[in-house]
Amino acid sequence: MTAPLLEIESLRTYFYTDAGVARAVDGVSLRVDAGETVGVVGESGCGKSVTALSILRLILPPGRIEAGSAIRFEDKNLLEMTEREVQRVRGNRISMVFQEPMTALNPVFTVGDQIAEVARIHAGMSKRDAAAKAVEMLKLVGIPAPEQRANEYPHQLSGGMRQRVVIAMALVMNPALVIADEPTTALDVTIQAQILELLADLTRRLGTSVLLITHDLGVVAEHCTRVIVMYAGEVVEETITTGLFSAAHHPYTEGLLGAMPRIGRHAERLATIPGTVPPPTAWPVGCRFRDRCQYAWDRCEREHPPLYQIDVAHVSRCHLAEEPERRAHPHPPLAAERGASAA
Amino acid sequence: MRRYLARRLLQAAGVVLFVTTLSFALIHLAPGDPIAAALSGSRVSETVRNQWRAEFGLDRPIAEQYVKWVANAARGRLGYSFSRRQPVSDVLRDALPRTLVLALPALLLSFALGITVGVLQAERPRSARDRWLGRVLLALYSVPDFWLALVALLLFSYRVRLFPPGGLTDPVLYDYMSPREQLVDRLRHLVLPVITLTLLTAASVARYQRGALLSVLPSAWMRTALAKGVSWRSAVRRHALRNALLPVITLFGLSLPAFAAGTVFIEKVFSWPGMGLVTVNAIAARDYHLVTAGVLVMSVMVVIATVLTDLAVAAADPRVRLS
Amino acid sequence: MPPVVPPLPDVAGIRSRLRRDRRATFALGVLLTIATCALLAPILSPFDPNAQLDISRLQSQAPSWSHPLGTDPFSRDVLSRLLYGARISLLISFTAVALAMSFGTLIGAVAGYLGGAIDAVLMRLVDAAFSIPTLLLLIVVIALWGEVSTSALTLLIASVGWFTVSRLVRAETLAMRDADFVVAARALGVPAWRVLGQHVLPNVVGPAIIAAALAVGNVILLEAGLSYLGIGVRPPTASWGSIIQDGSERVSDLWWLTLFPGLAILVTVFACNALGDALRDALDPRQLQAAPDDDTPIKAT
Repeated sequence: MTAPLLEIESLRTYFYTDAGVARAVDGVSLRVDAGETVGVVGESGCGKSVTALSILRLILPPGRIEAGSAIRFEDKNLLEMTEREVQRVRGNRISMVFQEPMTALNPVFTVGDQIAEVARIHAGMSKRDAAAKAVEMLKLVGIPAPEQRANEYPHQLSGGMRQRVVIAMALVMNPALVIADEPTTALDVTIQAQILELLADLTRRLGTSVLLITHDLGVVAEHCTRVIVMYAGEVVEETITTGLFSAAHHPYTEGLLGAMPRIGRHAERLATIPGTVPPPTAWPVGCRFRDRCQYAWDRCEREHPPLYQIDVAHVSRCHLAEEPERRAHPHPPLAAERGASAA
Repeated sequence: MRRYLARRLLQAAGVVLFVTTLSFALIHLAPGDPIAAALSGSRVSETVRNQWRAEFGLDRPIAEQYVKWVANAARGRLGYSFSRRQPVSDVLRDALPRTLVLALPALLLSFALGITVGVLQAERPRSARDRWLGRVLLALYSVPDFWLALVALLLFSYRVRLFPPGGLTDPVLYDYMSPREQLVDRLRHLVLPVITLTLLTAASVARYQRGALLSVLPSAWMRTALAKGVSWRSAVRRHALRNALLPVITLFGLSLPAFAAGTVFIEKVFSWPGMGLVTVNAIAARDYHLVTAGVLVMSVMVVIATVLTDLAVAAADPRVRLS
Repeated sequence: MPPVVPPLPDVAGIRSRLRRDRRATFALGVLLTIATCALLAPILSPFDPNAQLDISRLQSQAPSWSHPLGTDPFSRDVLSRLLYGARISLLISFTAVALAMSFGTLIGAVAGYLGGAIDAVLMRLVDAAFSIPTLLLLIVVIALWGEVSTSALTLLIASVGWFTVSRLVRAETLAMRDADFVVAARALGVPAWRVLGQHVLPNVVGPAIIAAALAVGNVILLEAGLSYLGIGVRPPTASWGSIIQDGSERVSDLWWLTLFPGLAILVTVFACNALGDALRDALDPRQLQAAPDDDTPIKAT
């Protein structure tokens, strides 16, 4: 096995707010190997985005990455670097593609300038060379008339074009890793597939690893080799993508799969997971999913489940791993009952 | 953009007309008429007074007087200054450039200083640096304009004789100086008033600038800039500042009236014979035409400057410029 | 489903944030102290503020034990005048601001609720007012009218102070006017003024208080400025501005006439503005984004 490109070990990112300490990311470990695309899925509020931002140390006060966390990238712990050293990694070795292309671009600079800035910072290019590089990148991401587009402002481009610009910006320095945080959520459905295809195509050609954050399991199925499921600031299941669909273990993953629209199934039978993610200031003790789980029993209230090894390269944070017979006796989850009595 | 320009100019014209009308109304609503006021206390017979009234058109119907007043004002004929014994427009023509010599450098300097301080604060919000600068700014913001000027005069002119105690030039020696010495003398007279006015104005610029920067710092594009490898400092100074300058210019347009008022007080304290001092001295002389015209001209200047700032903002914002 | 009524401001949260803000505590303390001094002026003042004590021997005396803040060119005790001046300055500013706030609220509510031509005209007027130097306007009015009484001065100041609030209230009313719950309430026959009173006012109270705090400071400055120019309160009434005016001809010799009232104005206005700032921060709980520390590895925490 090759050495991992990125290895996160028990990452904890807490936010010290007026309402209490929000443990947004609470002991996450994961790894990304060279050239692979790893998916991270979960509902919003599960800590996916905070994990992504933590990797590049883009957490601003009142947020803080706690001591004891480690983020090793190319054999160096990013958390032990000085701010200056991390700046040399950001946008250079690791770059990010953000969710909202409308707001991720600065409205008062031309898109050419914004792409060129990366080359100027990291490659020390002259203004003219960087501008040429920007045009070259725009061409690479398939923007027609790139020379002309480079001089335009973000508001003059469509949403899909803007996301292409963001991808161009991320790939200027040919990074080892691209973190894509819900790169298509804000786009039209027809554009989504194009953008994902573009990202997949370019990263494959450049040999770039991708950490793809999404809540869409269909996207994961299509683009990822491995998938990590997050819930309430923790990893609850990790497996190879094919295994996820055939043999999901964690009830939360089951729920996500059930909520996924599939061809040949009536939309009205689309299952949803009852209840919502609890607030990060008050994770429940024991299993954090238990109120929404149809198998939960008293053990889930007492004992916080560890990550059980289910198979080779398959772990799950569920006591069912030790008491599989309970899967035969589902019951309405607490959250559903609460919802029913409230209505 | 062209339509915006047209609309804005129309608005400004409306405001100018409003101010002009108001000036007219004020003069006519005041107890007594300008003749009575100008000649108050002096022993002039009623016949002569009436003769004067006829001469100045004060016996005509009010509507006719109004049209005439507006028409005259538009042509720069603002009446006769009884205290100066010359047309008001001549008095103001001398005073206006003096005010500009004082106000323009102060405006430029206060912008430069205010923006710098605002950036220094916003770079480290709630740090000790931010708090201390904030207190100093708040003090400058809370101090009466004339009092700060008086204290500056007291300290740097009377206690420590660094600068002359006011006026345009040295009243005695100026005529005997070489051109070079004359220039130095003029500049020395300019220093204290300009610095005082700059500090007073920079305080509000900096407060606006800090607020505007803080409101754009949480933007998604700031995070993008940081993720690209831009340092926090240059993300603030390049990316955020460019976005935060526009609202500051807009807000600054709104504070121009206060700036004009500040200029009046500074001129008064430093005996700087510009628009403000001329107008204020005319109050004591009961020279109503001069007071009204002075205020009218200053108001119109403020309105024009406000329109110019609005247009500058529009021209600087690519989203407005290109739409 | 019943129309959703928007949440009222989180009063408890605002109060707790204010209580933790040292600026607010400081500002309130200063303002209360000054207000107390103003109220107790007759008890605290060693002399009659307008009495010319001894025009031959006590004229323009520097601070001493018997006259801690000196005397003015009319041999009046400056400390006494400062205390009585606080009364006038605070009275004028609080009354003017209260009047301006009420008037501005009324105009704003009417403009916002009725909309149409009335709204357009009123708001153009407000726009115009914003680009006119109001102090200069007051100068003309007072200069033309000759000397004005204190109450007339207060009214005049109030008449140019209502623009900000009217804008604020108008915007809020306009936003609320077509909200579902307002339409529903109207359909049920609830009178318009009641809807406005119950739903618009609570939402503008906060911004209006901020505006008021800042306005009180501004009016103190305005009154001082007018009095300094000799067109504010009528002599021999003492206001902070008029004390400075009494010494303005000989600033360098009679420095105490400039220094002490000026400091009083500075401290009072500073407190008003600090209170306004603190209120604004308390009302806007958006966590201020702080900057990252330079060159501090996370490990160190």
